[in-house]
Amino acid sequence: MTAPLDAGAVRAARFAELAITPMEVVSSASRPFWDGLKSVREVFSRRELLSLLIRRDLKARYKDSALGFVWSLIKPLTQLAIYYVVVGHFLGAAKGIPDFAVYVFCGLTIYSLFSETLSGATSSIVTNAGLIKKIALPREVFPLASIGAGGFNFLVQLAILFIAALFLGGFQLGWSLLYAVPAVVLILIYTTALGLFLSAINVYLRDIQYLIEVGLMVLLWGSPTVYSWTQARSVLGNGLLLELYTDNPITLAVLAFQKAFWVGHMTGVAYPGLLIERIGIAAVVGIGLIFVAQRVFSRLEGNFAQEL
Amino acid sequence: MARRSPRATGAPAPEVIRVENVSKRFIVRKDNSLKERLVTLGRSGRRYREDFWALRNVSFTLQAGTTVGLIGHNGSGKSTLLKVIGGILDPSSGSVARRGRLAALLELGAGFHPDLTGRENVYLNASILGLSDRETESKFREILDFSGIGDFIDTQVKFYSSGMYVRLAFAVAVHTDPDVLLVDEVLAVGDEAFQRKCLDKIRDFQQEGRTIIIVSHSLGQIVELCDRAILLNHGEIVFDGSPREAVADLRGILEHRRQSDLTAAEVSAEARVRSARAYADGKAPGALVSAGDDLVIDIEVSSETPLEGWICAIQIDGALGQVVYGTTTLRVGAQPTELVGTRTVRYVLRDTRFGPGRYFVNISVMDHAQRHVADAPQITWFDVEDYEVAVGVVSARPEFEELSE
Repeated sequence: MTAPLDAGAVRAARFAELAITPMEVVSSASRPFWDGLKSVREVFSRRELLSLLIRRDLKARYKDSALGFVWSLIKPLTQLAIYYVVVGHFLGAAKGIPDFAVYVFCGLTIYSLFSETLSGATSSIVTNAGLIKKIALPREVFPLASIGAGGFNFLVQLAILFIAALFLGGFQLGWSLLYAVPAVVLILIYTTALGLFLSAINVYLRDIQYLIEVGLMVLLWGSPTVYSWTQARSVLGNGLLLELYTDNPITLAVLAFQKAFWVGHMTGVAYPGLLIERIGIAAVVGIGLIFVAQRVFSRLEGNFAQEL
Repeated sequence: MARRSPRATGAPAPEVIRVENVSKRFIVRKDNSLKERLVTLGRSGRRYREDFWALRNVSFTLQAGTTVGLIGHNGSGKSTLLKVIGGILDPSSGSVARRGRLAALLELGAGFHPDLTGRENVYLNASILGLSDRETESKFREILDFSGIGDFIDTQVKFYSSGMYVRLAFAVAVHTDPDVLLVDEVLAVGDEAFQRKCLDKIRDFQQEGRTIIIVSHSLGQIVELCDRAILLNHGEIVFDGSPREAVADLRGILEHRRQSDLTAAEVSAEARVRSARAYADGKAPGALVSAGDDLVIDIEVSSETPLEGWICAIQIDGALGQVVYGTTTLRVGAQPTELVGTRTVRYVLRDTRFGPGRYFVNISVMDHAQRHVADAPQITWFDVEDYEVAVGVVSARPEFEELSE
């Protein structure tokens, strides 16, 4: 139908171009250690695909449901209501924390960024088995696409948090808002590292995706989302345990997020010192982990197609 | 057959794929959960693993513009080889090097999401196959026309018929401008008209110097489309060369497998076709049959219990499996006497005019109600001598003249 008139010329041109293209070895496992950059380049060159995959995930998620995206808000809002009523008032956690609703929602928003992206990324390779078994692609795009889709939900929640903080919490725009940036960056770094690593492992051991659910539950309660850091300190004391608790990247991100959106932090609530420095160190460690995770991923990806 | 040889353009065709000593081992594990894996950790874990070599020391190179068929029986490793070339599986040892843009049609519509519309899926699938958004946009019209989907393009693909689904997927795949196209059994989809369209597209691709690797069980298609065929058996290359010879070899392998299956199975039929041979009258068995020869088929049959009113049927298949000839004693009007013990019967086919190639003979014994009592598929074969002026299963002397007004 669209065959060019002179197929011979097309053919000659194609041959000439092929002749000057270098031969490339196909397999990924044989790449040397430092060649992780190549994968980064590959993923970057497929960024259009990445954005299409993110859109696919988002479109497909609530397709044919009447409320659609509203559902992605109902869950965190319900969680907020439960924690506000049960933990805040029944258990009395709200007494020491002004503006408890905004406080909890701060923590939940940043925490759910982590939990959604991580659980999405972990199962991403298995969910996309059909594609991975049939088409050669840089497989890193699948966990990254789930992180992107999770990030979109986060933005919606963030908007609500922002509005709630403005109207309920007497929140004022100020420089402290900038604390949100390192918090989000830190979460994205860790979710990328863990997501890459766990999505690859999950192909071989499907237990991982259930293990993740348990781990995420521990992390929710292991960071000061529904109680305050001071309350944790009074139990853990000032020693190593508290340092471990505080330097957990989720805790750091939650604390920074609260600083950004919750006015209570100005009313004399204690915070660990050197918060930004701690985040900086955690971020550097996290970037190191991304490299390790990427290596593990590319080691394992060669056998994805046969294991799925 | 006027097939374009890759060297037709003068300039030597560059190498596009180099497969060197590729082996692929699959480890089949029987312990799949964390608990089982921990329990069987270490040395004793070996017992829960089974090695299986899907490919062993496979090497070949491929020049641009050739069309290669990969053939072999089920499980011979051809699809694995295709996946290794496509970069979907990593080889256990050896290497694959290639150049140019590659598109793999291993499964049509692998990237389709049922909840998205046809249009959204075209963009997604094209992007998966390596097209940028802008390129897809410029080709969208062509893709839509080729697929013949029409207004349904904005409907979710889960409402498509399977034919529409596959047509759209094929349309996307062939518009990605690949230098190398890998095709796995996907040409057998859609209705006949669409299949023809696909084959035409493949021929266009050949004209344009694209390299194509086809995996197919349709041996006819392989002979028709390919310049070269690679025959795999248990993961090893056993033949690499002309498609016609490769196909004939494959039939030999298949026959061998079938017979070993047969001897393994319990033979419970009371009647049996013990042996048969086919040869030209007046020539030694095994000699080439020529057009015009009388073909003799001697069949040795036996039955434990007396078989009244039995029928002996023969069928001759061409090398590609198509039926070329068949008859029964019923059609001939012969009424063989009651079969008990062993007996030899003979068919003589007068003045045969088979085309060149190998032919297989199938023999069946049926009872008076035409129920099959014993079948002996491909029990023997014969070869017909080459006839350089024509191809096909019929031999006829061609003449050509121009008729003036």
